[in-house]
Amino acid sequence: MENLLWLIPALPLAGFLILATLAVVGAGKKITALVGAGSICLSALVTLVVGADFLGAAHESGTYSQTLWTWLEVAGLSIKMTLTLDALSLVFIFVITFIGALIHIYSAGFMEEDRDYTRFFASMNLFVFSMLILVLADNLLLMYLGWEGVGLCSYLLIGFWYEKPENGYAARKAFTMTRVGDTAMAIALFMLFYQSGTLVIGEISTAAPGIWTPNSTTVTCIALLLLAGGLGKSAQLPLQTWLPDAMAGPSPVSALIHAATMVTAGVYLIARMHVVFGLSEVAQTVVAVIGAVTLLLAGLTALTQHDIKRVLAYSTISQIGYMFLALGVGAWTAAVFHFMVHAFFKALLFLAAGAIIEALHHEHSMFKMGGLKDKMPVIFWTFMAGAISLAALPLISSGFYSKDQILWYAWGAEGGSPLLWAVALLGAFITAIYTARMVILTFWGEAKTEISHYPGKRMTIPLVVLAFFSVFAGFIELPHNFGHFTLFSDLLHGVMPETALRVDVSSEWIFQLLAAAATLGGIGLAYFYYYKQPQRLENLRQDMVLSALHEFWFSGWGFDKLYNVVFVRPFLAIAKLNKADVIDQLYTGIVAGTDGLYRLVARTQSGSLRWYIMGMVIGAILILGIQMML
Amino acid sequence: MKSSISIDMVILLAGLLFALGIAGVIIRKNIIFMLLSVEIMLNAAGLAFIAAGSRWGQPDGQVMFIFILAMAAAEVSIGLALILQIYHQHKSLDIDKLKEMNG
Repeated sequence: MENLLWLIPALPLAGFLILATLAVVGAGKKITALVGAGSICLSALVTLVVGADFLGAAHESGTYSQTLWTWLEVAGLSIKMTLTLDALSLVFIFVITFIGALIHIYSAGFMEEDRDYTRFFASMNLFVFSMLILVLADNLLLMYLGWEGVGLCSYLLIGFWYEKPENGYAARKAFTMTRVGDTAMAIALFMLFYQSGTLVIGEISTAAPGIWTPNSTTVTCIALLLLAGGLGKSAQLPLQTWLPDAMAGPSPVSALIHAATMVTAGVYLIARMHVVFGLSEVAQTVVAVIGAVTLLLAGLTALTQHDIKRVLAYSTISQIGYMFLALGVGAWTAAVFHFMVHAFFKALLFLAAGAIIEALHHEHSMFKMGGLKDKMPVIFWTFMAGAISLAALPLISSGFYSKDQILWYAWGAEGGSPLLWAVALLGAFITAIYTARMVILTFWGEAKTEISHYPGKRMTIPLVVLAFFSVFAGFIELPHNFGHFTLFSDLLHGVMPETALRVDVSSEWIFQLLAAAATLGGIGLAYFYYYKQPQRLENLRQDMVLSALHEFWFSGWGFDKLYNVVFVRPFLAIAKLNKADVIDQLYTGIVAGTDGLYRLVARTQSGSLRWYIMGMVIGAILILGIQMML
Repeated sequence: MKSSISIDMVILLAGLLFALGIAGVIIRKNIIFMLLSVEIMLNAAGLAFIAAGSRWGQPDGQVMFIFILAMAAAEVSIGLALILQIYHQHKSLDIDKLKEMNG
C-alpha cells in the first residue's frame, strides 16, 4: 500500500485543477466544497493508510522512496520526481493533510457568503499540494519547487480580498520579504551542488562529513544561507515583519498557512539538513540565538496588540522561535514535536478567533469583544483548550510537554546554555501573560459587541477535533520522570540523531518546576491586572516610560519603520532617480543625433534650382582643382 | 587643309561660351532664358568636340556633335512643352516662385 504515496500530493493537485476549471465555468457552492474539502480529506485517508503501512513495514534504511519520472536531465545533473517518506516527512504530511482537511471543512462554512468561493478552495488545494511536495521531495530542487509554490499560494491567499488596497500591499510585502530568504536559499543550493555534485538530500547527508571538515568556512556558509531561507519562510528575525500583516487574509488561511504549515517550512528545512548544520557550530549557535531573540521580541509585541489575530500572529513567530531554539541546541526531535503540537493548537486558536470575528461583525479588536464565555460556549471551550496549550499549562496541556522539553534542552543539551534557557523561560512567562490576557479580554467582562450569527456545525466540529488533539497530542512524548513515554522521539530517531546532553538528566525536575511556575505566574499576573484590578493597569498607563515602551512594542519594535528608512525609501529614491532609465539614454541619444543630422541635410534640399546648379559648379571646380593640384 | 587658328583659342572660346551659359542659368529668373543658356552650354561643348576632332584628324568629334545636336533638339522640344505646362499651371515663368520641392 505504500506505493499509494504519490496519491497524497496528487489528490490536492487534482482538486486544484478541477476547481480551477470550475472557477472559469462557474459552479455551485456545494460542488466546490465537495471537491475542495473532499480532495484533502481523501488525501488524509491515504496518508493514514500509507503511514500505517510504512510503520508496519519497518524499512531498514528508515525511508521509502517512489520515483515517478525524471524531471530533467542535463549533463551531470539528473533531477528525478522522487517522493521520499521517512519519519520526519510522515509527521509533516500527517499534520498537513489532517489539519488541512479540518481547516477545509471549516472553510466550507466560513467562506459560505464569499462570492469567490471556488477561487478560495482552488488556491487552498494548490497550497496543500505544494506543501506536500515540499516535505516529500527527495531532492532539494523539487523541495524548492514546493517552497516557491507555497510562497505563491501564500501571496494569493493573503491578497484574497484584493479589493482592499492594503490587503494587496500585505500580500506583496509577504512575497517580497520571503523572496529575500529564498534567494539566499537558492545560492545555498548552488553551493551544495557545486561542492557535492548532487542535490539528493539523502546523498548529501551521507557524503557531507567526507566533503567538509567540521566548522570549515564553506559548510558554515552553506548552513547560514539555508538558515536565511528558513528565516524568511518562518518569519524569524530579521525577516519577521511580513507575518503580522499577512493576517489580512481569511482566518482559515491564517490557520493553515501562517500558523500550522507553511511558516514551519524553515523548521523542516533545518531538521532535514541537520547533517549540514551539525557540521557547523557557528551556524547552530546562530540558529539558537535567533530563535531565542525572536521568541522574546515577538512575545513582548504580542503582549501589546489589540487585534486578536495579530496577537496570534506574533505568538506564532514566538513559538517558531522556540522551534529554532530547539534546532539550534541540537534538540531536533523536540523541535519537530513542538511543531506538531503547535500546529494543532495554533490552527485551533486561529479558527476559533475567525469564528469570533465573523460572529461579531468582523470586529478584530479584543477590547471590543468580551463576555463571550456564556454566549458561545463551544467556541469558548475549544479556544480554552488551545489557549492552555499555548500557555503550556502544566500536566494537562500538550503544549506543556513540548515546550518543557525545549526549555530543558535549552539548558541541558550540548549546545544549550543558561542564557538561552533564561530567555526561553522568560518567553514562557510572557506567553502565559499574553494568552491569559487574550482569553480574559475576549471571553470575560461585559459584552461590548452584539453577536450577529452563530457558527454552524461545519465550523464547530473541526474545532472540537482540534481541541481534542491540542490537549492530548502531547501525551505521546512524556518526560522521563512521568512515565518516560517516548513514542514520538523513538519514531524520529531513525532520521535524526538523539540529543546529546551536557548535564545529568536527573536535574530535569527543577526545570519542569520552574517552567510550571513561570506559566502559572504569567497567568496569575494577567488575571490580576486584566480581571481583578483593571484600574491598576490604568495607573501603569500613566507612566511615561511604560507607555513609550508600550508604543514601541506595539509597533513590533519599530522594525517596519527601520526597514522603511533603510531599504524601502532609498530604493524608491533610486527608482525615482532612474525613472528616465540611464541605460536608455544612450539609445535615445543615438536617435536624437540621427534626427539632427537629417534636419541639417534636409535644409539643403531647398527646391531652388540655382542653388543646385551652384552646388554642381562648385563641386566640379573643386574636383578639377584637386585633380590639377595632384 | 589645316586651319590657321590654334586649338587653344578654340577651346578658350568654348570655355567662355560654357561659362556664359552657366552664368545665364544661374542668374536668369525666366525659365525660357535658362533653357536658352543651356543651349549655349551645349553648343560650347559641341565646339570643343569639333575642335578636338579637327586637331587629331578623327571623325569622332563630328559624330559626337551630331549626337549633341540631335539631343539638343529633343531637349528643346520637351523643355518647351514643360515650360508651356508650367506657365499654364502657375501663370508665371519665374523660377523663384516655383520652389515647391524643398525638404
